[in-house]
Amino acid sequence: MPLIETLARMEAAAAGAARPLATVRHRHLSEHPLVFVPLTTSGEAGAPLGALVGTDREKPLLLAVPQPRDRDLRFAFLAELADAVLPYVDGFADGIEWEERKETDPETGKKVPVQVELCADAPQLIVPSGAGIEFVRLMGRSMRFRRTAEQDPETPYPAPPHVPLLGRWFTHFGERAQVPGSCLLLSMTGLLTRHWATGQSALEDQHLGALLSWIDPPPGVSGRAAAERAESARDAEGQLLCPPAGPATDPAFDNRLLAPAMARYDAALPGAHEELRRLVEGQLRPTWDAVWQGNDLLRALPPGARVADRWKRDRWSYTAHRDRVRAGEPPQPKRDDAVTAARKLSSREAAQTQLDAQEALDDPLVMAARRLAGEAFAGTVTGVGMAYSEGARPMPRPLVTLRTDDRPQLSEGAKVHRPLPGGKTQPAAFVAYDDPASGSLTVRLTGGMGRGKVPEPGSVPEPGEAVCWTLFEHAPRGGPERPEPEDTPWTHGGPPATEPSGDAPDPMTAEDFL
Amino acid sequence: MTRPPHHGTKKPRQAGGAEPSGPAAAAARATAEILQDTLHSPRPGVVVDSPPGAGKSTLVVRAARELAAAGRPLMVVAQTNAQVDDLVLRLAEKDPALPVGRLHSSEAGSFDPALAELPEVRTSTKIADLAGMDVVVSTAAKWAYTKVDEPWRHAIVDEAYQMRSDALLSVAGLFERALFVGDPGQLDPFSVVGAEQWAGLSYDPSSSAVSTLLAHNPDLPQHRLPVSWRLPASAARLVSDAFYPFTRFRSGTEHGDRRLAFGVPGDGSGVDRVLDEAAESGWGLLELPARHTPRTDPEAVGAVAQVVRRLLDRGGAATSERGPDPEPLTADRIAVGTAHRDQAAAVRTALAGLGVTGVAVDTANRLQGREFDVTVVLHPLSGRPDATAFHLETGRLCVLASRHRHACVVVCRAGVAELLDEHPSTEPVRLGVTVKFPDGWEAHHAVLSHLAEHRVPWRG
Repeated sequence: MPLIETLARMEAAAAGAARPLATVRHRHLSEHPLVFVPLTTSGEAGAPLGALVGTDREKPLLLAVPQPRDRDLRFAFLAELADAVLPYVDGFADGIEWEERKETDPETGKKVPVQVELCADAPQLIVPSGAGIEFVRLMGRSMRFRRTAEQDPETPYPAPPHVPLLGRWFTHFGERAQVPGSCLLLSMTGLLTRHWATGQSALEDQHLGALLSWIDPPPGVSGRAAAERAESARDAEGQLLCPPAGPATDPAFDNRLLAPAMARYDAALPGAHEELRRLVEGQLRPTWDAVWQGNDLLRALPPGARVADRWKRDRWSYTAHRDRVRAGEPPQPKRDDAVTAARKLSSREAAQTQLDAQEALDDPLVMAARRLAGEAFAGTVTGVGMAYSEGARPMPRPLVTLRTDDRPQLSEGAKVHRPLPGGKTQPAAFVAYDDPASGSLTVRLTGGMGRGKVPEPGSVPEPGEAVCWTLFEHAPRGGPERPEPEDTPWTHGGPPATEPSGDAPDPMTAEDFL
Repeated sequence: MTRPPHHGTKKPRQAGGAEPSGPAAAAARATAEILQDTLHSPRPGVVVDSPPGAGKSTLVVRAARELAAAGRPLMVVAQTNAQVDDLVLRLAEKDPALPVGRLHSSEAGSFDPALAELPEVRTSTKIADLAGMDVVVSTAAKWAYTKVDEPWRHAIVDEAYQMRSDALLSVAGLFERALFVGDPGQLDPFSVVGAEQWAGLSYDPSSSAVSTLLAHNPDLPQHRLPVSWRLPASAARLVSDAFYPFTRFRSGTEHGDRRLAFGVPGDGSGVDRVLDEAAESGWGLLELPARHTPRTDPEAVGAVAQVVRRLLDRGGAATSERGPDPEPLTADRIAVGTAHRDQAAAVRTALAGLGVTGVAVDTANRLQGREFDVTVVLHPLSGRPDATAFHLETGRLCVLASRHRHACVVVCRAGVAELLDEHPSTEPVRLGVTVKFPDGWEAHHAVLSHLAEHRVPWRG
């Protein structure tokens, strides 16, 4: 944990109220997110109990499975869920804009610019907590290999139409959520803990009700007291006043309310179905409202300047999966092959580095954390001396002296970077400390001044100007290209098996879908 | 790394004892077998495990020269620019007439200017400029951007245990067969994002290149170098027991072959007494009172700086098997190792305050592969309230405890043994992932209990 976050948590604990960790919003929030609050059956992996889903906070759609162990009812739930989610997801598919991209021409082998479609907006799913993201991924995996009667008339237990498609989209959302800074699938606890520090542990922060109590307590109550109440207060029947954000349910609810109601449903007693739906909704509705309350809090923050840039990558991701679905490609494989795994890992590492840099540039509070860690320094320019590079064509390499109170971890020749007003980055190299006691140091500008012998106006800081240099790059470049999967080398097992037999189900369990 | 534990094969080994052949003969035999497999094995790969200071670089240079002499040009993959430059310099030193290519990135200062002085070494950013060279050396990162029409018939991959599986994936298409050399006990490669998704897959991109290689090619010939020439007899036993319990090694020198002495007698302070203890026994533990501190614990950092200051002030002289006369212990023969970069920065500042220059101060990651006469280590768990996976990592402690030829002084707050007992390893066990032995918790305890015999309190 960065030192500044530790400090914020200690302050929050002392004050009994959350402290901000950011001055801007670092994640894209859609105008019309799809909120999805799922519940699962305890003791049954992948058996949904119910969900609230929708884009209208006043009118969520309630889906409930009266007997989760009945697979027909489970399929009916999934079919309803597909009907609720897929129209929303597809709704962004046709609003497109054109982007220019360089592609290799198959005939000439040269890179030529081509116009490609990019969806102008993309869907955004919000679930209450991190466990909800994992649940989406799990449901995606359990659905995407199902076959409908239309796809395969011979299949013994055909899935309702659209269920495999929902599985593919859920899998895509779940995979995308692993990319740092991505916003196609978000958890409300993740969003809130990025922007506020509470005085409780990171584990306790996974309780959405308690987390919101720290950030936005009811009038007249301290955040700490409200959080304690949210976590543990129970009514006269022993039920939690603030049900957990799911997908797991409270055991007291399971034992005292849900189990008897299911027994009545199994006995086909009149009204039992409605009673079950009412019970499930009672557990879901507080969480549903909490997600929207969190959404309101976050929307009150202005978005960071580079948030749209990252959202564009999400739009690319959405567009690419739309194209794969339209092209009739098979569902995502159970396991990544060696090349895909390596590609994903390096793209996520690049996304993490980029996210860290962009958040710091967007937000002085985040930059303060980096400065405190010695990874950046801010100061006032005290002098500029003109100098030129050696060589046939001398280029301007001005020496900039500045005074800073920060203590960056600089070694001689270390590269530093500074954002320029136009969005570009100016590189420089650390020269020396002039006087370590007063924090006076010199850097040599090595670029960002145009191509001429005279630096472009405004590209060299003036004495008295406030500047902030970072030791980290602002736009780290991606890694090298990986070989194609069919060129997987012998060290990694050679090309993956293309025959379906290479990925046969486990012989011990005929239904190896998970 | 997988190694079947050799139950019951642990036999007591006296230094220089039962084996009539001696360490030099054992090392020569291992080297001959490795070269035989490298040149003549029908399998596409050979894996060599090398404990700290066992002559890994010497082996790489020798294998490269023998391959080149046999008329088989080869590529060499190392992990950092410093390692590549070091290899090129060693190759040129051993065989000035050998044509060596140094492939480097286009960034300024990406290779050692000393290479330009070597007549048969050619440097370039383009592989085409280096065509026809007997040996071409570069980093894995640069090789990953290189495209060739015809793969090399041979390659040597250095520091293969520190290379990530996905880095090997990018370069493995460039060669047909390779010699993989590395130290399994040093720091594992890491990833800045979670890679649990691929845990248990044979080609988990975040695992080490060797684990992927052996998972797919379990029948490759595997060798190990049996003798550490760097570690003194006082350290080889402990490092071998704590970090390589299933693949033991010995030191190339005996107790008494190396001697560290000071011209100025100690003044009775804790610092001087720990130096005397380390000179005498090879190990010293300077123990500060138990306390929870920030990472850059000012008192511990100050103690580290004072130990270095006194090492220099007391006119240390090191005698070794390399020559009959003692050599003065100068600043460039001393290193300070820490776990975190901010700790290293704090030690540098403290040393500058005491007027000390020229001492290498760095993290374990950056000290990997380097060698000094005396090292001063700020214990990774000193002053911590918790023991995380990072601080418990076996490789981190192993690197810090195995850089020295004569003595190692560890500076630490009291209470680390209790801290360890309060924090057993809690990392999840994942299906299909080979559990690494020994784990960091166990290795830390082994080292601590040894250090306890050489403990000197900071004050009093």
